[in-house]
Amino acid sequence: MFSIEPNRRDANGAGQEAGSNMSEVVLQQAASPSVAPDRTRVLGRLALVDRIFNLATRGAAMVVLVILGGVIVSLVYGSWPAMRAFGFGFFVSQSWNPVTENFGALPAIYGTIMTSAIAMLIAVPVGLGIAIFLTELCPYVLRRPIGTAIELLAGIPSIIYGIWGLFVLAPFLQSHVQPALIAAFGDIPVFSTLFAGPPYGIGMLTAGFILAIMVLPFVASISRDVFETVPPVLKEAASGIGCTTWEVMRYVVMPYTRVGVIGGVMLGLGRALGETMAVTFVIGNAHKISGSLLAPGTTISATIANEFTEAVGDLYTSALIELGLILFLITFVVLAIARYMLMRIEQKSA
Amino acid sequence: MNATAQAPKEPQTKVTVRSLDFYYGSGDRSLKNVSLPLYANKVTAFIGPSGCGKSTLLRVLNRMYDLYPGQRAVGEVLLDGENILDPAIDINALRSRVGMIFQKPTPFPMSIYENIAFGIRLYEKLPRADLDERVETALRGAALWDEVKDKLQTSGLGLSGGQQQRLCIARSVAVQPEVILFDEPCSALDPISTAKVEELIDELTNRYTIAIVTHNMQQAVRVSDYTAFMYLGELIEFGETDDVFNKPKEKRTLDYITGRFG
Repeated sequence: MFSIEPNRRDANGAGQEAGSNMSEVVLQQAASPSVAPDRTRVLGRLALVDRIFNLATRGAAMVVLVILGGVIVSLVYGSWPAMRAFGFGFFVSQSWNPVTENFGALPAIYGTIMTSAIAMLIAVPVGLGIAIFLTELCPYVLRRPIGTAIELLAGIPSIIYGIWGLFVLAPFLQSHVQPALIAAFGDIPVFSTLFAGPPYGIGMLTAGFILAIMVLPFVASISRDVFETVPPVLKEAASGIGCTTWEVMRYVVMPYTRVGVIGGVMLGLGRALGETMAVTFVIGNAHKISGSLLAPGTTISATIANEFTEAVGDLYTSALIELGLILFLITFVVLAIARYMLMRIEQKSA
Repeated sequence: MNATAQAPKEPQTKVTVRSLDFYYGSGDRSLKNVSLPLYANKVTAFIGPSGCGKSTLLRVLNRMYDLYPGQRAVGEVLLDGENILDPAIDINALRSRVGMIFQKPTPFPMSIYENIAFGIRLYEKLPRADLDERVETALRGAALWDEVKDKLQTSGLGLSGGQQQRLCIARSVAVQPEVILFDEPCSALDPISTAKVEELIDELTNRYTIAIVTHNMQQAVRVSDYTAFMYLGELIEFGETDDVFNKPKEKRTLDYITGRFG
């Protein structure tokens, strides 16, 4: 109520002004120079707000660069003692001895790359299969449910994959799959080495399996999105000369989307390389390189997660940080390639 | 044989469409009781305003609509007396007999040579030399050979729009179909390319039965022997092109071809 009253008075005042005589107009004009500074002040305030807004958003964006730079600097700084102590030998040494403070990254690098390779070997064909089914063959009513289920799979926390892997998958592999693999490939030259030794249950292969499941949603959903960028008329044209769905996919859709699909695969690979928790559960944590995929091993991230709390010496900590730097560089390169390729397919579809 | 006796002027019928209805997934009926013939070695043009069902009809003739769940056709479409709407029919075989050229050129993401050879390989295993010959014949048939013979291994996507469209025609022809469907083949092309494609269509009638959807009435007059005018999913008038354009029986046809609506 109170606020209305002055408003009304204002309105009345305005009415009186409108009906004012010449002398009042002259007065108003005389007063107008005092209005101008008013406006300048308002404009100045607006410009200031705009400037603050500009700086705030710019600052928010800069934070990302600062963090990225900070991570790189602190990784390099932290790993400096290890770099000085071991030099290039760090990359090729297999020893990991906290007592003598002699560290080498090779088993961890090998394990990281090997488990990721196994994961991609399984996840890429299955993921592409899912994507093809969803874009080409799936009845419309099932498209959304399956698509959503795949995206949910990506949302499951990795610790859950970890315990599931340790308590369900590993025993299952140990009792059923691994003995069968050992028996089946025992006589074939290269494979007998790959699948040699006792079935531990945990090991490189199990870690690869878990990673495959975790990476699958990435590969499947990105491939699906990429397949959907293919102009329908191109698929119609291929069908129009009598191609089967398989031939359309194989000879037209795949070549058309190759770059994007590889980008999606690389994105999945980036995740597989860095995945820590689930792998730590099932890899076995052994610092050695074994020819057999069934043997326990380790990865960079698993080593760091396992040993950081007990790393007492400076050199020990530094070696772990250098491991982190190596992982950072590997994933950075992989993700950069992935982004570049996805960018290219976006340009193409635009 | 009775038909020939009754109407000696009428050429042989290649495709017969009989009381065809077409439904999109939403339940919209976009073709209503359409019946007409496509005569062998003749060009039949389909004209009518946008959304009248002419492209839909074309897409029934090679069952392209099958790619999209929910779309269905009811009625009969006989290709040499065989009902192609029969669910039991081999769709890939059907599409190898009924080729299609689209509004936008659709070269596959491969070399010019492969674009042609790809279709041939789907059906025949040929020694390299024979394949080369077939590719050359197809490209010559599409009046494209002289322009591309020195760059057969480069990407088909690098050609101009008109060349791409002729490449698509060559690709279609290479599979040796019996019927070729053109869905506004020139609407994305410049006048010179259009003239070349029209010339090509003219030559193709010697060997193929052709159906062409067009928005360009002059084009219909230039290339077709028969014309079908469609409106709102119905076939309003069908007859020899000269008759349809010079003395249409239906007022709506007259209104359309004289530009009074559409």
